[in-house]
Amino acid sequence: MKIPLGRIAHARSGDKGDTANIGVIALDPRHYPILVREVTAERVKRRFGPLCLGKVERFELPNLGALNFLLHESLGGGGTVSLRLDAQGKSFGAAILSMEIEVDERELAPQP
Amino acid sequence: MIRIANGQGFWGDWLEAPVRLLEDGPVDYLVLDYLAEITMSILQKQKMANRQHGYAHDFPPLVQRIAPALCGRNVKVIANAGGVNPSACAREVKRLAPELKVAVVLGDDVFDRIDDFLERGYDLANLDSGLPLAEIRGGILSANAYIGAFPLAGALATGADVVIAGRCTDTALVLAPMIHAFGWREDDWDKLAAGTIAGHIIECGAQVTGGNCQVDWQTIPDIENIGYPIVEAHPEGVFAVTKHPASGGRVSLHTVKEQLLYELGDPERYVTPDCVADFTSIQLAPDGPGRVCVSGIRGRPRPPRLKLSISYSWGWKATGTLVYTWPQALEKARAADAIVRRRLKDLNLDLAEVHTEFLGVNACHGHLAPPPAEPAEVQLRVGVRGHDRRAVDRFTRELAPLILSGPPGATGFGDGRPPVREVVAYWPALIPREEIATAVEVIE
Repeated sequence: MKIPLGRIAHARSGDKGDTANIGVIALDPRHYPILVREVTAERVKRRFGPLCLGKVERFELPNLGALNFLLHESLGGGGTVSLRLDAQGKSFGAAILSMEIEVDERELAPQP
Repeated sequence: MIRIANGQGFWGDWLEAPVRLLEDGPVDYLVLDYLAEITMSILQKQKMANRQHGYAHDFPPLVQRIAPALCGRNVKVIANAGGVNPSACAREVKRLAPELKVAVVLGDDVFDRIDDFLERGYDLANLDSGLPLAEIRGGILSANAYIGAFPLAGALATGADVVIAGRCTDTALVLAPMIHAFGWREDDWDKLAAGTIAGHIIECGAQVTGGNCQVDWQTIPDIENIGYPIVEAHPEGVFAVTKHPASGGRVSLHTVKEQLLYELGDPERYVTPDCVADFTSIQLAPDGPGRVCVSGIRGRPRPPRLKLSISYSWGWKATGTLVYTWPQALEKARAADAIVRRRLKDLNLDLAEVHTEFLGVNACHGHLAPPPAEPAEVQLRVGVRGHDRRAVDRFTRELAPLILSGPPGATGFGDGRPPVREVVAYWPALIPREEIATAVEVIE
């Protein structure tokens, strides 16, 4: 079944120059493998479309049940140069959580 | 065990936070982080106008206010409030709080050494674009090396009550007292990484104690009295993240994880002047309410080069807004934007970019925003930037006329013409660490 990512994850985003970073964290660490499988760099790149002009990199932090994404060329030049309201990508963390992911209902059930 | 609290996540953070940290419970070291990239260039301009300026001017009055608590309980303050003029900052602190011993860390400011670096063959290429610094040499406003924690620890070793630095890393503020108190060596990579990660966790103040937290944000307790973070550090390189029990907010696995991921790049290579910290080695464990234990951290040797933070004048920008109300608020705003763009084109202005957003519809999330039903009002926000100040200034006169001559129902222009602002851009580069010599000066 399809669910929004925000049902099993939370996120925080920020900036480094013209690159936005989005940390996606499993609310329950047992759901981390779902994140690894479903939230790939390719899908994030496709989803952000015109908001991300550069490449998307993904890093894995299994110890925190989290993924870190770098979205290059995504902040209108970044920092002080950018004309965007959200020049620092602060709102990107909320944007990624509406992404739909595919899960098996049994994966979400509490483990014995 | 030592307690290190952060009472300021940026210049402009809550003024009461450091005072509350001292009032509400035990603290050994109070750190205050004032500097962002942009801040250095603002301070450099202030110093150019007045040689006595160029530091975070909120800091000396704060020290004066908390001086009795610092003296009475032997709390040390470590701050990067010095900006581009740490000596002037230190003298002002000493003037306002003469009972305190003040030490200042010097050597990060390389503004006057840029030509020397270039002549000696360092191209100071932009870390992002690869372009040589010669491209923007004339526009440089400030240049500082990011220095690490050891010079700050050296300042603490003088017995100073207040340590003032310029452009040190944010994490160095927190690592320095651990080096000082525990005698960590320059090759204790795992311990230095632990102190660095402790610094990363608390450097943004209340963003780890329930501020800006997505998880159960509606139920963060007593958030108007949010407690700023405290690290309880142990000599073997483990620590707990907590806050004073009487304060508001929340410290949990969720809040600590969110802050760990904030502004993170490659998690295995978090590079600082002191070490390279590995975020994939971090082990978190809850330790009762409002406390998270952090252990297992590994680090690797520090890099041979230090990062330079160079700011330069790029050009000019301005951003103006108009509000349109329903019905057809978005259609009206789009029509107004089309008029502005057509007029800018007809004026043949030399602008590098014209950027339009519709607040209330898609400003932050673009196509990812939910489709608008019938917004009650939409704010049109048009920004331009360019190298020609006159062109940007001409743009600022193009919005107000639409109130009478454009689509119906425009409002929200009470602030008048938008101001033209200088765009100060940031140029990251590298320099061999041997080029940067730091020194500690005690202000008597």
